[in-house]
Amino acid sequence: MSSPLTRFKAAVADATSNEARRDFIYKALGGYYVSRDKNKNNFRDWQKARECAAQTKYESLNNLAEELEIFSKKIEGRGGHVFFASTPSEAREYILKVARDNGVKKIIKSKCMTSEEIHLNDALEAAGTEVVESDLGEFIQQLRKEPPFHFVFPCMHVKRDEINTLFQENIHSRDTNNPAELTMIAREYLRQKYIDADMGITGANFIVARDGMISVTENEGNSRLSAAMPKIHLVLVGIEKVVPRLEDLALFLPMLATAGAGQPLTGYNTQYAGPRTAENPDGPEQFHVVLLDNNRTQLLADAEHRDALHCMRCGACLNVCPVFKNIGGLSYGTTYQGPIGSLITPHLRGTKNWQHLSYSSSLCGACTQACPVKIDIHDHLLENRRNAATLAPSILWKMIFFGFNFIFAHPKLYALTFKIAKKINPLTKLAGKVPGTLLYGWTGTRKLPEPPKSSFRERFAEHKKQDLSVR
Amino acid sequence: MNNPSKEKVLARIREALRLRAPSPAQIHGRHANAPVAEYTRDFRDAMPPAGSNDAERRAIFEANLDALKGQFVACKTAADARAKLEALCAERGWAKLATHRAPLCEAVVPAEKSPIITDDGYDKNALAAVDAGITECECLVAQTGSVMFSTRACGGRALSVLPPVHIVLAKRSQLVGDLSDAYALIRAKYGENLPDCLGFITGPSRTGDIERILVLGAHGPKELFVFFIEE
Repeated sequence: MSSPLTRFKAAVADATSNEARRDFIYKALGGYYVSRDKNKNNFRDWQKARECAAQTKYESLNNLAEELEIFSKKIEGRGGHVFFASTPSEAREYILKVARDNGVKKIIKSKCMTSEEIHLNDALEAAGTEVVESDLGEFIQQLRKEPPFHFVFPCMHVKRDEINTLFQENIHSRDTNNPAELTMIAREYLRQKYIDADMGITGANFIVARDGMISVTENEGNSRLSAAMPKIHLVLVGIEKVVPRLEDLALFLPMLATAGAGQPLTGYNTQYAGPRTAENPDGPEQFHVVLLDNNRTQLLADAEHRDALHCMRCGACLNVCPVFKNIGGLSYGTTYQGPIGSLITPHLRGTKNWQHLSYSSSLCGACTQACPVKIDIHDHLLENRRNAATLAPSILWKMIFFGFNFIFAHPKLYALTFKIAKKINPLTKLAGKVPGTLLYGWTGTRKLPEPPKSSFRERFAEHKKQDLSVR
Repeated sequence: MNNPSKEKVLARIREALRLRAPSPAQIHGRHANAPVAEYTRDFRDAMPPAGSNDAERRAIFEANLDALKGQFVACKTAADARAKLEALCAERGWAKLATHRAPLCEAVVPAEKSPIITDDGYDKNALAAVDAGITECECLVAQTGSVMFSTRACGGRALSVLPPVHIVLAKRSQLVGDLSDAYALIRAKYGENLPDCLGFITGPSRTGDIERILVLGAHGPKELFVFFIEE
């Protein structure tokens, strides 16, 4: 198994050499910038709204344990179930158990990034359950057998002709590359899936703690259908997504829509409080909320980077990131791509294997400026690099620095080394262009500078010989 | 089901929070020389405009709904709404409607055209096959052009999202300014006993997942009508 770094390098080389795809991504985001700016300007004070959002998230996190306890009590009081999962396997086992206990054969799923985090679909399919993604982008990615490219726009890198071929091959649709017709094909195909499903799984954008509700933001209506038709509604959500009250959503819902999709408000923003109540004609008989930790408490314990948990996954930082736009979302190899993913993945999955993401940033600060909850993303990326530097160095690293130290501490050896280096410079230059060699990572795309004709030490000696005064 | 990890996770949270993080104002004030006041949580006057009187709110709502490609139908009275609905049915050739038991719905929806009243129970496939679902709502929100729905005001969860067209019946008095007003209204109406599902419908169902091109009617209604009854 190759390391995340090796895979990252290979994927980046591949993605950046595909100029047509990069142009396509730039073009796809063009419309977003226009509508985002228009809607941002419609706020009477966008900066103040950001400050309010940051403050609300800050206060909610300071109270996290209490908020979650109140939330659990409220949900249980209405006959719902709340399960705290410390690890991905605990979450998967609980969900599998709910499915097993209720004889669930078919599941309709709406967009849920936490489920990508715990590889839920694989586990459910292995247990013999049919799982269908209902968000159009996620549905396309599921057919492509590929993770989401962007956690808000899952298939933004896929061209309409590719979707046409994909649909013809997988769901036997007719030949069309018209986006409206392709959408209708998916609509017709998925319609019966909602009606036949035994269980609907959704994510949540907010946990409204003191009202005991979860809030889901979407545009398509697939999440509402997933929570309305099947007899079980299961929600999988990270523990950090807390806001105190419904009234706070009046701030967060428009901000999420504007920052994330350039909309004043997304199509459907729905709050769910539990299973169907007696006076209602429909709705699920069972309501489960799985609260996932999966190392979020570890990030919470880092007071310096705790504000990374303010994130509401709007994706604004991806949309403005010069690195994301060129390397694409799949290169990251993480559940969460872009600047926010680079920031939190080392915390959630270990600095040792994921520190390279903190370096895949130009530190330009576009992400920080775009963030609606004011996470200090680019400063934190720099601090991630500092954290990475405190890790125990590798043997190679140690040897290089030992050699460097030794040579620079011995003047004669130093002079000799540089004399030799100068002599073999043409050879080094040649070797530097051979892929796979030690220096290739640096020299492959850079010119090794010509060494000066004579070194400082040589010139110093020369001057002394000519008896010029040197002060 | 027992939940062994609950206390474990909560304990980890409490332990993690023993070290307090700097407040957002402290973090973002660190590049400035002047001390920074704490941020407020009072956001209402920072949000998009919502109109300060009835006429303004109505104009903003109409403009927003239009931008969302929803259809605003002004009706003088419930009887007028009934006539306009019948005309719409005739124009589109709609024969099957679904609705729920509520005063406005009973006044506006012709009984012979609506075989499904969701309060009496319904077959899922039959509800999916109607031409339009007609519901009341909690309120209309000018600021965003949204319809606030709840299971109690809209005949359950599916009626407003499963049929291919959603028609909302609302009185002029149901129009509020911003999202905060909408939640205040829900709070005053239901107190602690909130509906099991509520939220905002903002335009017809939409997607931009294919090449970021807007398509209406992804999974929910392809069209959204708001019958705005002036009386």
